[in-house]
Amino acid sequence: MFDVKSLEKKAIEIRKMIVDMICAANSGHPGGSLSAVDILVSLYYGGVLNVDPKNSKDENRDRFVLSKGHSAPALYAVLGDKGFFDKNILNTLRKYGSPLQGHPDMNKVAGIDASTGSLGQGLSIACGMAISAKIYKNDYRVHTILGDGELQEGQIWEAMMTAAHYKLDNLVAVVDNNNLQIDGNVDKVMGIEPLDEKFKSFGWEVIKIDGHNIKEILEAFETAKTIKNKPTVIIANTIKGKGVSFMENVCGFHGVAPTCEEKEKAFSELNVCLGKYC
Amino acid sequence: MEEKATRIAYGETLASLGETNPNIVVLDADLSGSTKTSVFAKKFPERFINVGIAEQDLMGTAAGIASTGKIVFVSTFAMFAAGRAYEQIRNTIAYSKFNVKICPSHAGISVGEDGASHQAIEDIALMRVIPEMKVLCPADAIETKKMLEKAIEYNGPVYIRLARLATPIIFDENYNFEIGKISTLREGNDVTIAAMGMLVGEAIEASKILEKEGIKARVLNVSTIKPLDKETILKAAKETKFIVTAEEHSVIGGLGSAISEFLSEEYPTNVYKIGIYDRFGESGTGKELLEKFGLKAKDIVAKVKEKL
Repeated sequence: MFDVKSLEKKAIEIRKMIVDMICAANSGHPGGSLSAVDILVSLYYGGVLNVDPKNSKDENRDRFVLSKGHSAPALYAVLGDKGFFDKNILNTLRKYGSPLQGHPDMNKVAGIDASTGSLGQGLSIACGMAISAKIYKNDYRVHTILGDGELQEGQIWEAMMTAAHYKLDNLVAVVDNNNLQIDGNVDKVMGIEPLDEKFKSFGWEVIKIDGHNIKEILEAFETAKTIKNKPTVIIANTIKGKGVSFMENVCGFHGVAPTCEEKEKAFSELNVCLGKYC
Repeated sequence: MEEKATRIAYGETLASLGETNPNIVVLDADLSGSTKTSVFAKKFPERFINVGIAEQDLMGTAAGIASTGKIVFVSTFAMFAAGRAYEQIRNTIAYSKFNVKICPSHAGISVGEDGASHQAIEDIALMRVIPEMKVLCPADAIETKKMLEKAIEYNGPVYIRLARLATPIIFDENYNFEIGKISTLREGNDVTIAAMGMLVGEAIEASKILEKEGIKARVLNVSTIKPLDKETILKAAKETKFIVTAEEHSVIGGLGSAISEFLSEEYPTNVYKIGIYDRFGESGTGKELLEKFGLKAKDIVAKVKEKL
């Protein structure tokens, strides 16, 4: 198992990059990017995803689909930090001419396996990747992160059926369950519970974790590897805006950029956290 | 005259291509028996994926498979491919430029008895307006075969509109189809009849009727609607008096519109449209409906004579 403390430290660094780039862009989605950080850090730094920044198109690589594409800043921060591209361009997010489009574009950024942004579509793509591996007897695994609001899209459930029907045990979906969407609490806008029972009845293995506990996240991915003949969904309970006190659980920070002042405030908080890891 | 439906030719050709190309994967949404992907499915069950009645998932799954370097063919009815899964085609397939060949059948009102809900009269318009998408419609079984072979050589998204009903064989095995090239089926300088798919046979028949009356019509088979063969269209506009387009599709946004758009900038020409005039289809036999909706040779002839 990877050193959890070093991953926790990395997560804080990634959070700083996210706040920084969204502020520089004066546009973007801080809340849902911050809630997904620990999951992404576990995937990319915790030895879960078999990917190589120097060979991002290797046909035997593990695949990752950010179905909740608006969390692109989190993915960009991780890919940049890992060396898939020059991390100095991170603060060109959403700027005209930047490869760092508002939502991930696989033809502009190395390390992106599928362009996403329109919700509800990524799980189908992930299923396709997993099905291809089964047909052509390839060992790679496929991971995808879904939003909880995103589960309101019917296509997600079509893909859920497909994954169970085709016994895609090489597929792991993670729900970034932060309970908020644009118009308010998910349970007030359009309730999706009981999630675990729904997934189970669709034929998936269900694991529930604290989406900010890296040890739990890594253990869940390990368990998922052992599940046979069915796909696994990890319901990760998270906090939208996690890591920045004035963004945590605040609906308004779904798609609004922090001001310079707010960024400085966020940085001070995150630096204090970082200090604990030295 | 020998007749064969383009969807039948599709099913046969796909199965044959599957033999020599192990990277072809085919998907369908519970319409395999109708779209004829069933022929491939029978021979290569391990490379055929049925997602059930879930067209949005169909396109997304197709994209996912294509992302791993495979050549993906995906079928359902045109209504549900271009309609139901429009945004998936646009955002997941076209935007990423995935190598997915969308080959739905049962386009147009010739679908017949199922009625309006199943009769796609707007699919060409919908697909045409998506960037990165090539839009094709074969006139006969032979062109279908050649088109699929060419489609495989091209790495990117393609929409190929296929029909339910049998149509006359127009081409022979020597026909060399090229994406983006119009084939001129009959020469003439009085008028141009530019037709697509099901109406190409009608256009040929119309030109024969007109010839008897001393009117020489140039017949163009526009089997690639996007990208349009501008050179051939421009030549026809310059060398003939006007153009009559013929399509089993709405007159809004289809072949007639594509040609009008181009010519209005380059060489303003009268483009009269034989097609479906902004109305839904209905039940009837396919042949009967083509008659009732004014999509026969006699309707093309009448339009030509009216405008001459």
